Amino acid sequence: MILEMSNIKKHFEDCEVLHDISLNVDSGEVVSIIGPSGSGKSTLLRCATFLEKIDSGTIKYEGQTIAHTPDGEKPIYLPKKEMVKVKSYFGLVFQQFNLFPHFSVLRNVCDAPINVQKRNKEEVEEKGRELLAKMGLADKADAYPFQLSGGQQQRVAIARALALNPDILFFDEPTSALDPELTGEVLKIIRQLAEEKMTMVIVTHEMSFARAVSKRVIFMDGGYIVEQGDPEKVFGDPSEERTKQFLRNYQQ
Amino acid sequence: MSLLTMILKMAEGLSKTCAIFFLTLLFSLPLGMIVALLRMSKDKVVSSVTRFVISVLRGTPLMLQLLAVTYGPYYLFGISVSRNKLIPVVIAFSINYAAYFAEIYRGGIESMAKGQYEAAAVLGYTKTQTFLKIILPQVIKRIMPSITNEVVTLVKDTSLAFTVSYQEMFTIGKQIANSQTSFTPFVVAGVFYFVFNAIVDFGMGKIEKSMQYYK
Ligand SMILES: Nc1ncnc2c1ncn2[C@@H]1O[C@H](COP(=O)(O)OP(=O)(O)OP(=O)(O)O)[C@@H](O)[C@H]1O
Ligand SMILES: [Mg+2]
Repeated sequence: MILEMSNIKKHFEDCEVLHDISLNVDSGEVVSIIGPSGSGKSTLLRCATFLEKIDSGTIKYEGQTIAHTPDGEKPIYLPKKEMVKVKSYFGLVFQQFNLFPHFSVLRNVCDAPINVQKRNKEEVEEKGRELLAKMGLADKADAYPFQLSGGQQQRVAIARALALNPDILFFDEPTSALDPELTGEVLKIIRQLAEEKMTMVIVTHEMSFARAVSKRVIFMDGGYIVEQGDPEKVFGDPSEERTKQFLRNYQQ
Repeated sequence: MSLLTMILKMAEGLSKTCAIFFLTLLFSLPLGMIVALLRMSKDKVVSSVTRFVISVLRGTPLMLQLLAVTYGPYYLFGISVSRNKLIPVVIAFSINYAAYFAEIYRGGIESMAKGQYEAAAVLGYTKTQTFLKIILPQVIKRIMPSITNEVVTLVKDTSLAFTVSYQEMFTIGKQIANSQTSFTPFVVAGVFYFVFNAIVDFGMGKIEKSMQYYK
């Protein structure tokens, strides 16, 4: 198991956003998370990537406990020093790309492996160029983010996440900020990664993409996992009324 | 007194004017960052005390602060006023400008999108790395126009050193004006400041240009 999240609870002020959510992701698995706005999909990813602190529950990567609440009280995270290593287990691709505008494309991809993981600069840059080539951006290594289209920026962001050699990649609506004609190029890359057996968790509103690419689909609503399973089953013949309703609204 | 001797005498004071200018920048730019960080501290006491100090420094005349730093130690503790007035002058200027720079830094830092911090956090950068590598360079680019404004003001403000009779260019000019009952020294001073600021503008423009490779 690459990721094990169990009984995760999270609230903001007085509103409970995640109620006792559990999510396990196996190596090579591609999991899509769908659900209406405000259902807690982003919050779940943000808890998994430690951008938000959980209220209670357990988060394990590679079997190693990173956060837990042993006495049901405050969550205990690994000390900061060890978190640096933990952060190389996963990557996160944001809806808004969040590239560093003052770094060239190549530096965006290579800076963290060099300065965080302390890997060899030449090696990292060689790998960085390979990754960019794979993203169809071989000629953009020296460009700056503002010179790229949204689709190109998102592909740089994917390369940046991959450069750290993560075991699992999270995507939070990777194409929602893109013009329709640019979503295809990003989805194509994700599909390609799926074929290479990259472990991924993808929050998306692209239903046909989710259906095609994932091994498992999770439908979230109101901070609960309402239904999950094989995409053909969840999309084709959902067992929960809420899921049916959501998918029906979506088709309109 | 001929115009030329007037100019030469005043030009002698220019080195002191420059000393105030450069030393003030040297101390106030970093000090301003420390003040800004204190101002943004999560500790309520630290941030409100800093906020109060900033508002006093910005809300009272620099001239008054100059007098306070130069003569305050004598009136309060009987410490004799130092012969070299450059020290109190630079201290007063540095503290005052640090307050202004602090607010500019704070504005710049607070205007940064949350996404930059989050991207850095996920990639494993430490807080310090994030600030120095990711946030600060972008903040500097963003606040450069405001910094330039302050630097231009500083050039003109150096003339305030006359209040403690520090022998910089304007003080000398004022003395000549008094003894010769002439207005000419003020015209000369005006030209000096104008040329000084033209050079500053050029330099700051170059720095701003050097950061235009990204948006
Ligand atoms: N920082 C925050 N402070 C307070 N409330 C928050 C915060 N972040 C999220 N929420 C609330 O938590 C709930 C879940 O938000 P979340 O962003 O996880 O939903 P989502 O499923 O990702 O929705 P969307 O499809 O619109 O992205 C929402 O009601 C939101 O208003
Ligand atoms: Mg979301």
